[in-house]
Amino acid sequence: MDVLKEVGNIGAGNAATALSRLLNKPIDMAVPKVQMLPFEAVAEKVGGAECIVLAIFLRVEGDAPGNLFFILSPEGAKKLLHRLAGIHVESEEEFSEMEWSALSEIGNILAGSYLSSLADFTSLAMTPTVPALAMDMAGAILSYGLLQFGEMGDSALLIDTTFIEDQQEVEGQFFLIPDPESFDKIFTALGVPMNDD
Amino acid sequence: MIEEQRIVKVGMADLNIIQQAGLIRTTGLGSCVGLTLYDPLAKMAGLAHVMLPTSTIAREGELNIAKYADTAVPALLEQLLSSGADKKRIVAKMAGGSQMFTFAGTGDSLRIGPRNVESCKEKLSELGIPLLAEDTGGNYGRTIELDCETGILFIRSVQKGIKEL
Repeated sequence: MDVLKEVGNIGAGNAATALSRLLNKPIDMAVPKVQMLPFEAVAEKVGGAECIVLAIFLRVEGDAPGNLFFILSPEGAKKLLHRLAGIHVESEEEFSEMEWSALSEIGNILAGSYLSSLADFTSLAMTPTVPALAMDMAGAILSYGLLQFGEMGDSALLIDTTFIEDQQEVEGQFFLIPDPESFDKIFTALGVPMNDD
Repeated sequence: MIEEQRIVKVGMADLNIIQQAGLIRTTGLGSCVGLTLYDPLAKMAGLAHVMLPTSTIAREGELNIAKYADTAVPALLEQLLSSGADKKRIVAKMAGGSQMFTFAGTGDSLRIGPRNVESCKEKLSELGIPLLAEDTGGNYGRTIELDCETGILFIRSVQKGIKEL
C-alpha cells in the first residue's frame, strides 16, 4: 500500500507542478490515499452518487492498464477556465464547445504529466487514450471505472489525490483505478516482494 | 400533514424489494441497468442495480448474484414470489445502460451498457415477464425510483429532468 501511495504521490506531484505552471500559482496537494473501497464508497468520495461532477476520463493502456479520472466540481471547472484561459463562463448549466475543449486540453495536460511520471518511475509503458469529458452524476461516471473490478468482487483499489490552490478552492481530484491485474506488475516493477497483501 | 415516505435504497450491484407503500430507489446509473419488477395487486416492487451482463465472466470467490443480469433477474423474481407476489401479474420496467464515454476503436467493454440492457431483456423473456417500458441508452446518468403504490417509475437525469414511465 505504501508503494502505491508513493506511485500516486509521484504522479500527482508532477500533475500539480504542471497545473502550478499553467496557473502561475502554487498548487498544493494532499497526500494520496490508497484504499480498497466498496463500490458505493467510491462515489461518496466526491459527494455521493448523484452529485454532479465534471470528469475527464482516460483509459491507461500498456503494461499496467487502468482507468484515470480527473474530477472537478462544475464550480471548480468554471474557476479553472477563468484563471487559465480568461474564459468567464456565462451559462449556469452548460459549458460551450470552446469551454469544453479548453477543459479537455487542461485534463490532457494534467493526466499526461501524471501518467508520464508514473511510467518513468515504474519503467512500465503507460499510454493514455484520448481523454473523454462528461458532466453528470458521479455514480454514473465512476461506475464505469469499476467494471474491471466488478468481475472480481465488490470493491476497487483507488489512488486518490486532491489538489488545493491556497484560498481559491480550485480543487480537483485524481482517481487512478488500476485494473486488478496491474497490481502485480506495478509491485514487480518497483521491486516489492509479493508475499503479503 | 405530510407523511414521511418510506424509501428503500438499492446500492450498486445490489437488489431489494418493497411492499405496501413507499419508494424503492437507486442512484447514479451509468452503464448499469436499474431493473424493476412490480406486482400491482400485491403492491410489491423489486429493484436490481445490475452492473455486468453475465456471470460467466465472474472471477470472484463468492458470486454476488445481484451484480449480473443473468443471475439478478431470476433472484429478484424469486424474492418477490417468496414474499407473496404472483408471477402472472409481475411486470418489468427498466432504465440505464448508457454509454457514458465514447471512444473510437476500443474494446468491447465500452459497450457494456447496451449489453446489460440486452442481457436483462433476454432473461425477462426467458422468464416470461413482460417489459412494459424502458428508458435506456444515451450517454448520461440516471437516478430512478419506483412508486410501490402506483408502479410508476420516475427517472431523473441531469440533462433531461424528470421522466415518468
